[in-house]
Amino acid sequence: MTTTSWQDGVYAALKKAGVRQIAYVPDAGHSRLIELAHADNDMQAVVCTTEEEGVALAMGAHLGGQRACLLMQSSGVGNTINMIGLPTTMHAPFLTLITMRGEWGEFNGWQVPMGQGTEPVLKAMGVHVKRAESQAEVVDMVSAAASLAFGSIIPVAVLFSQKLIGAKVFVKEQEQ
Amino acid sequence: MSAAMTQGLDRRAVVAELLREPGDCPGGQLLVVTGLGSTTYDAGAAGDRPENFYLWGAMGGAAMIGLGVALAQPERRVLVLTGDGEALMGMGALSTLSARAPGNLAMVVMDNGQFGETGHQASHTALGTDLAAVAAACGWKTVLTCTTMEEVAALRMRLRHEVIFAVIRISPADVPRFLPPRDAAALSVRFRQALGIPAD
Repeated sequence: MTTTSWQDGVYAALKKAGVRQIAYVPDAGHSRLIELAHADNDMQAVVCTTEEEGVALAMGAHLGGQRACLLMQSSGVGNTINMIGLPTTMHAPFLTLITMRGEWGEFNGWQVPMGQGTEPVLKAMGVHVKRAESQAEVVDMVSAAASLAFGSIIPVAVLFSQKLIGAKVFVKEQEQ
Repeated sequence: MSAAMTQGLDRRAVVAELLREPGDCPGGQLLVVTGLGSTTYDAGAAGDRPENFYLWGAMGGAAMIGLGVALAQPERRVLVLTGDGEALMGMGALSTLSARAPGNLAMVVMDNGQFGETGHQASHTALGTDLAAVAAACGWKTVLTCTTMEEVAALRMRLRHEVIFAVIRISPADVPRFLPPRDAAALSVRFRQALGIPAD
């Protein structure tokens, strides 16, 4: 998939923040981060069957003295709702990076309801939400979000807007 | 419900045996994560200790919390102790744990075939699902089902040395309430302190 420097910058920001466990449910927009996590001997990359597993994993990492980050797509946020209350209950840090679907140039209407619901759902569950719209701001935003999550011990989500990652192309135009 | 299930083992006796002498464990005190409901009460009744992390919510999360601890603390042994209902809600985690294969985690499902906490409704394990078979199909190499206290006694030390998924058939009979601490922030702090992790 796409290999772009901003994603390498995001990974470097996670490393600098001391993240040692990365849970993910695969998403094309996160593919570079997933690749880097698996290639890194100092990172535990855990593929989950559903996103709420990643929230629980992050809480276990905290209990064991490590920092974790969950990579997921906006549709997956809906799967986490009960579990994502856990960081607040435990007074534990939580960081998640979320690739957005269902907004900028979305081709697949099935992604739209949860895409629209992502931010309000996270906020309803007490998660602090930041939103990156451009490559110029995304690395700094992830660094700042990590500081907020692990420093202030709160749950923080960074949304990677569909404008940032690019709308998913199902069929190339010349093939249509 | 089958006759075998009504005649299952006493849950408090099972957990008291499994958690007996928790310091007799490679790497130090056994780290225990329990699931929402009766296994939290069972572990507390066996003796509250800082190395127990009790779930009072987050149903379905016990196994994955255990995995996070196990990955962060590779020199320690982790036991996930949960019930059939909690394990069913997080059934995908059986696949995730097997895929990640931490060498220091074992999981026990106390199976009474019921959602005991909510009025003894039959659970899926009383309606055809065999969680030991599920775990085996997910790739767990060592899968056991215990129906006697002799088997439970033999399991106790194996859980502290091997990667095992065990189902223990227990009686659905009610046992006296025992409520361990439920302040999750306080439970987190004492668990981390017991591991020597400095406060943030």
